[in-house]
Amino acid sequence: MRYFLIVVVLISAAMLSGCTEGVLDPKGPIASAERLILFNSTGIMLAIVIPTMLATLAVAFWFRSSNSRATYLPDFNYSGRLEMLVWSIPIMTVLLVGGVAWVGSYDLDPPKPITSTVKPLRVQVVSLDWKWLFIYPEQGIASVNQLTIPVGTPVSFELTSSGVMNSFFVPQLGGQIYTMAKMVTRLNLQADHPGTYRGMSANYSGAGFSDMYFAVDAVPDEKFAQWLSATRSAGPVLDAQSYSALVKPSQAIAPFTYRAAAPDLFNTILSAGSAADPLSISPTH
Amino acid sequence: MNLLGKLNWDAIPFDQPIVMGASGGMILAIVSVLGLVTLKGWVPYLWREWLTSVDHKRIGVMYLVLALLMLLRGFSDAIMMRTQQAVAAGGAQGYLPPEHFDQIFSAHGTIMIFFVAMPFVIGLMNFAVPLQLGIRDVAFPTLNSVSLWLTASGILLINVSLVVGEFAKTGWVAYPPLSELQFSPGVGVDYYLWALQISGVGTLLTGINFVTTILKMRAPGMGYMRMPVFCWTALASNLLIVAAFPVLTATLAMLLLDRYLGFHFFSVESGGNPMMYVNLFWVWGHPEVYILVLPAFGIYSEVSATFSGKPLFGYRSMVAATMVICVLAYTVWLHHFFTMGASANVNAFFGIASMIIAVPTGVKIFNWLFTMYGGRIRFTVPVLWTIGFMVTFIFGGLTGVLLALPPVDWQVHNSLFLVAHFHHVIIPGVLFGVIAGYNYWFPKAFGFKLDERWGKAAFWCWFVGFHLAFIPLYVTGLMGMTRRLQHYDVLSWQPWLLVAEVGAVVILAGIVCQIVQLVVSIRAREELRDVTGDPWNGRTLEWSTASPPPAWNFAVLPHVAGADAYWNAKQRMQASPNQPAQAREYKPIEMPKNSAIGFVNAFFAVVTGFALIWHIWWMAGAGLLGAFATLLVFAFRSEEEVEVPVEQIAQFERVHPAEVVL
Repeated sequence: MRYFLIVVVLISAAMLSGCTEGVLDPKGPIASAERLILFNSTGIMLAIVIPTMLATLAVAFWFRSSNSRATYLPDFNYSGRLEMLVWSIPIMTVLLVGGVAWVGSYDLDPPKPITSTVKPLRVQVVSLDWKWLFIYPEQGIASVNQLTIPVGTPVSFELTSSGVMNSFFVPQLGGQIYTMAKMVTRLNLQADHPGTYRGMSANYSGAGFSDMYFAVDAVPDEKFAQWLSATRSAGPVLDAQSYSALVKPSQAIAPFTYRAAAPDLFNTILSAGSAADPLSISPTH
Repeated sequence: MNLLGKLNWDAIPFDQPIVMGASGGMILAIVSVLGLVTLKGWVPYLWREWLTSVDHKRIGVMYLVLALLMLLRGFSDAIMMRTQQAVAAGGAQGYLPPEHFDQIFSAHGTIMIFFVAMPFVIGLMNFAVPLQLGIRDVAFPTLNSVSLWLTASGILLINVSLVVGEFAKTGWVAYPPLSELQFSPGVGVDYYLWALQISGVGTLLTGINFVTTILKMRAPGMGYMRMPVFCWTALASNLLIVAAFPVLTATLAMLLLDRYLGFHFFSVESGGNPMMYVNLFWVWGHPEVYILVLPAFGIYSEVSATFSGKPLFGYRSMVAATMVICVLAYTVWLHHFFTMGASANVNAFFGIASMIIAVPTGVKIFNWLFTMYGGRIRFTVPVLWTIGFMVTFIFGGLTGVLLALPPVDWQVHNSLFLVAHFHHVIIPGVLFGVIAGYNYWFPKAFGFKLDERWGKAAFWCWFVGFHLAFIPLYVTGLMGMTRRLQHYDVLSWQPWLLVAEVGAVVILAGIVCQIVQLVVSIRAREELRDVTGDPWNGRTLEWSTASPPPAWNFAVLPHVAGADAYWNAKQRMQASPNQPAQAREYKPIEMPKNSAIGFVNAFFAVVTGFALIWHIWWMAGAGLLGAFATLLVFAFRSEEEVEVPVEQIAQFERVHPAEVVL
């Protein structure tokens, strides 16, 4: 019982503290849908799990050897009806939750575009040792460890890595996806409310991993336009040369922006060699 | 050419006080134990009776000793991590720098899975399966000793990495490209790879040994449907070992080729593909979960039936559920990486396949419940662990089904929610089970029971400590905290991690209680002595022989007439108590002869492994030659068995008369 209380207290406390951050406090359509699935399936399963747990404790207590009122049934070891029941309860639960899994896997498939009347913003993401590079190909700019997006606009991410595997994750906007060198993964997210949300790498990638987080600023359209023009007016330029400086391992990098990014840089990174030799097209062996 | 390869004085981390302190303590402990053993003149006894023993019971006990020692090492890593995360919030860096912290979480995972859970489970199978089957040893006793010592070699290598060099900084899964030479140039990953390759061979041989034993060597009359459920789960577990461990060996071998010979199986360039490694690793890794948990399920079945004084409810259902899990174990590996960008079809298929495993597992929970129903439950230590398991594990199962839902998994994968989940199934599922088994079979192995009070205290500390340590991790996981963070900037996570730290301390108290339990029990062994051989009123054959059993287990092989053979024989005795005891006719027994091959072979395995890690090629060659020569000497041995004379058997039986003749 105390166990149950602990769980209830902790989960409710989590809900409360979750009001300010995390997957229980979604700020976009994808994260909201994912939280709904989390809640629904937890509810379905708790309906089975809590009675089972209580029954276990009750049976164990009642049939303690010192209880002379309990009936001893030394040969009770089979009952066709009970067998039927014990197989069908979990089967029906799984049928239900399995349906949720099936529908959810298609509806929320990471590469699936978000249905919207607004034209999506394209962002190309490169995980580096140990920082994040965000390239805005249509705006011709880029940023490091900081992602600014307009509220209410679907964001279509194409992601890769300069070397080791990382995972791009903004819990309040939706699920994560791995970034892998020479491969593109896709993810579609959207923020419905302005605010700053924590993003991070969710896949351990080496010594500087703990500092591999970034802020996602979801801002109204006009602020986004202001940010764009401010970004275009100052800062370094991202080209092959500055990329090969950036790609060198470094930790806890303060966010900054590039006023311009070489077109097609993302594709060059995709087809390039190793981090030691970031932009050579052919392997140097 | 350097005769010592990459090895030099820089390999010893003199500049890191924590590492030096830990290794100093470890070396001091080893030296003092060895010194004591030598001074007391125990070396010949240990060598003759234990190190070269091919007796499955002694091998089982030695596996357990290894597991308990490594539990201390793995737990030290755990509490260091918890302490680091409890303090390293905001700008604080804690007391462990990343290069040290990263080794600790990698070592913790590797040790707990390969060198605590595996030897614990294999040790209990070694001890109990032949006794439950009513036979005198496993199919290949000497091979069994080779397996044990190869496992010990892996353990030795992983602990040497603490003192000489470093351990992997890649996490226990060692995903490339991070584990490739380009990103991990040190010897850490090589320690990881060779320790697992060497112990993995041992585990595979164990699997072959037990599958053969269970399929071919049961007592007369013991059909498959009369086998104790623990033997069924052991069969399933070993079938999984035989099919899964070669995959791990091949995968790690490919990574070794990448690292040593410049191959490109998993590298980022020249057509390598790290996703292959991730797939192959989990093709082994998910069945591994069931390799560990199925025997624990078997222990819960034995314990719940024995202490309820009832047969297991739904035996056939239990067997079916076990074998269904055994097959389904191979259909779910992809749920470890729903986040790698597979198509919706693939994710949905593997998500649902993973959930289906909850069906046979749920059936088992209900069947244990009905086993207790109508019983007379004695709340002994093994029963506490079993009930603790049942009420805890169903919540671990619940979070497991949540993680099997791809949309939920994308949100909590690699977070502390995931960490909380797999500890929520492995600790109650596997560890509670093996501790229940340790308390349950201890009197059989040593002839006296373990102290109940300290055993119960250990249970309550573990039970409470577990929840304090891991429920908060669900919360921080939902708050967006990923695993393996050496420090973090979000201050609202810290209170939860402090609670988890308290939980780790309570678990530490549980471990201390277990050590005290063992010491107290040894000192009070005369009061705790079991002279009947059947201290729990057991149901299966291991309780029909003396405690501890003679080397030959059974003077006359039991004849099995049904399930719960020993229980039914006792019932028949009670029904007609005045039957004259049959005079038993003994025959000489052929027993396998002790052999040093396991130990010597392991010595060469350690030499070879160490040499390969440090690129000392001449030594690697010498080690391989030595191992080969050992096998050659063994192959040409002149005698392999000793005969136990009838008088010796009769003498033992006079001292330990069997109350019930099977």
